[in-house]
Amino acid sequence: MHRAWRLTKRRLIASIPVLAIVILGTFLLMELAPGDAVDAYLVSLGGGDSGLAEDLRQSYGLDQSALSRLWLYVSSLARLDLGWSIIFNRPILDVVLERLPNTLWLMGSATALAFTLGSLLGIVAGARPGSALDRVLSIGSLTLYAVPGFWLGLVLILVFSVQLRWLPTSGIETIASGKAGIARALDIARHLVLPVASLGFIYLALFLRMMRAGMGEVWRQDFVLAAKAKGLSRWRIVVHHVARNALLPLVTMLGLQAATMLGGSVVIESVFAIPGFGRLAQEAVAGRDAPLLMAVIIVSAVLVIIVNLLVDIAYAWLDPRVGSSEVASK
Amino acid sequence: MSISEISRRRLLGGTVILAGGALLPRFGFAQEVMQGGRLVVAADSEPRNLNPAIVASNGVFYIASKVIEPLAEASFDGPDGLAPRLATSWEGSEDGLSITFRLREGVAWHDGEPFTSADVAFSAMEVWKPLQNIGRSVLANLESVETPDEMTAVFKFSEPTPLQLIRNALPVVSSVLPRHLYEGTDIAANPANNAPVGTGPFVFAEHRPGEYYRLTRNESYWGEGQPKLDEVIFRVLPDRAGAAAALEAGEIQLAAFSQVPLSDLDRISGNSELEVVTKGYEALTYQLIVEINHRNEILNNLKVRQAIAHAIDRSFVVDTVFLGYAAEATGPVPKNAPEFYEPDVALYPFDVEKARSLLDEAGYPENDGGPRFSIRLLPAPFFSETRAMGDYLKQALAAIGIEAELVSNDAPGHLSAVYKDHDFDLSIGAAVFRGDPAISTTNLVQSGIPDGTFFSNQGGYANPGIDEIIAEALVTIDTQKRIELYNEFQKLVTEDLPLINVADWGFTSVASVDVENVGNNPRWVVSNWSDTAISG
Repeated sequence: MHRAWRLTKRRLIASIPVLAIVILGTFLLMELAPGDAVDAYLVSLGGGDSGLAEDLRQSYGLDQSALSRLWLYVSSLARLDLGWSIIFNRPILDVVLERLPNTLWLMGSATALAFTLGSLLGIVAGARPGSALDRVLSIGSLTLYAVPGFWLGLVLILVFSVQLRWLPTSGIETIASGKAGIARALDIARHLVLPVASLGFIYLALFLRMMRAGMGEVWRQDFVLAAKAKGLSRWRIVVHHVARNALLPLVTMLGLQAATMLGGSVVIESVFAIPGFGRLAQEAVAGRDAPLLMAVIIVSAVLVIIVNLLVDIAYAWLDPRVGSSEVASK
Repeated sequence: MSISEISRRRLLGGTVILAGGALLPRFGFAQEVMQGGRLVVAADSEPRNLNPAIVASNGVFYIASKVIEPLAEASFDGPDGLAPRLATSWEGSEDGLSITFRLREGVAWHDGEPFTSADVAFSAMEVWKPLQNIGRSVLANLESVETPDEMTAVFKFSEPTPLQLIRNALPVVSSVLPRHLYEGTDIAANPANNAPVGTGPFVFAEHRPGEYYRLTRNESYWGEGQPKLDEVIFRVLPDRAGAAAALEAGEIQLAAFSQVPLSDLDRISGNSELEVVTKGYEALTYQLIVEINHRNEILNNLKVRQAIAHAIDRSFVVDTVFLGYAAEATGPVPKNAPEFYEPDVALYPFDVEKARSLLDEAGYPENDGGPRFSIRLLPAPFFSETRAMGDYLKQALAAIGIEAELVSNDAPGHLSAVYKDHDFDLSIGAAVFRGDPAISTTNLVQSGIPDGTFFSNQGGYANPGIDEIIAEALVTIDTQKRIELYNEFQKLVTEDLPLINVADWGFTSVASVDVENVGNNPRWVVSNWSDTAISG
């Protein structure tokens, strides 16, 4: 565990400049975008005189210079205060904590689905490279990968909610149902089936392709030849020798995918009306709520850093060569 | 069996059912069928401030109008086009300096406190006039509100103010707040802004951000036998295709404000469980306009503006951009406002040849192969129709030799480009006609409006003749004379084309056939739904 701790410490220190760049970049982009939070608000109001705009700008603190706003924001961030959301008129921390669990459930389940199903199918495809089954799986997964997420979501809704009426079209749970405990958990699970499927199926292809490619490489290794020579059954070789060794790069992929999935959840959360983190990011941009957007991006960045850290630790644990070389190089 | 036979039989059957329906209430049990139930409707956004007295916008009214009531609501058949709500009558003085409202007796706030004239006086002086987006201009001359007794409020104005204008503004401007919850607090930051307390048929119960708003029945509502529903739920559905699917799956019973895209209506109307309703938006008419930057020397030429007006095929816009759910516009006041509408104005029928010759006359001849001149066209992104109109206008202009470069922004970007920075030549905009030209129509052509005022004349247009009429109508007490001034206004605007009105549209609702009384007043979607019911 000592090794893991040192790894953690190193990664955390390295992530500070990353976060600083992210904050500065987001702030600059929001400054460069035409229109500010007051403009965005007045759109929803259907207008108002210029005096109203001035009053609002003053109350939002937007009448100050960009530099002093950035300073104000960074200094409050240093006190671990995420600030006040303009569009929600509430503390940003509250909004974030409210939205984050939904997205974590969605991403977690979708990742689990994509990883397990993807690697399983990858094993099936990689067991006999070039076979008919391999071709079908490869083409099928690539097709899924090429499909836009929102479209897949809408098709699933049309089939399973509108036509068959098996699953709800949208939302995170039945509105004002008064359910609690296990009934509520089941209700939420039912609501998550379609969004998880549409998010997970798209990333499934990546894991499948990677598993298959990895296995193709391992098949040519000497120890596989040795296993064959020992007279082991084909499936025993596939599962114990080939797949096991091909699995390692997938763990790396898992960390990389965490960031991509956050992006994908923006679309899926809108289609399925899930009040999650992705939708929050979109709402923050549309409302020109710079502090909220920065909070979303910072939390996302932290999330990705944590996931990657966990992946690194898992990697070090799975493959003793990795961690020791990194620590040794220090 | 012929088709006519079936339809006759159906018709007969329908008549029997109708007759039965008319008889049933006498027996007393039909009301039980009508009473109660939960209505779930789609909402596409969550307003950050749910107080209609501060934010008089359709997005806020959609939810809050069931909780907080105005003095009067728009009506198809009521006197002056109004139905009384918290006020029962209104009368203007001869000199136009005061308006007396008689208020409804026996009304209580949701927390049990009695509703009195003090609430009206407080709302008017402390909220509508200083804070509200519409009230700031409409009630600019309001000096004080006197309350001679608990049920009378007298509005005193510093300048003669037409009763007609105030009357027309009532549904939008006059949402009454409970004084006892607001007095002495920071009104803009009062927690009741997001958990409103009113006198309406429904009580605000809860808001789950990103999920829904829940309103429950007000047991002590002043309306006899109202409300009919036990619960109204506004379910947040940001994706338009998702809203259509939720309707088809029977999870929601109503989607308003054209949340179901026009292109889906054809498919929806094939569903016997759902119906497309266009009624209930008559007082919420939106106007598709081409805004013109008169600072551009070329566009400052009347002949060029006339040419552009002739280049637009309005019937094509109605049929293709709006799929028929709109009407061709003739001028700055829509036909839906019969009180003010003037049909006898300068018209610009679709005529490409005439448009070309007007441009030739204006001194912009056709170059060999090249365009006569180039402009930047900014379509507002508020509606898919405004964006589609941008695509159409680009083609229509190309047909008469004008090259248009489309510049797309998101909503805040568009607003700041057009209304703050004036960084445009033509813009496709959406204006709202709010019952009276003085509320949000004259400001589209009036000069001297400060920079940065959204949805106003920011094209640098100035016409002293038009300004004079606008100023005169604002203080003309005599209703007939005021209407004549606005008729003249429409003629002048269409002659000089400070902007080009293309089409007027109302939204559509898609509702389950079980929902009753959908669209039974001109502002139905943003009214209180006290008589809305679910059958079956």
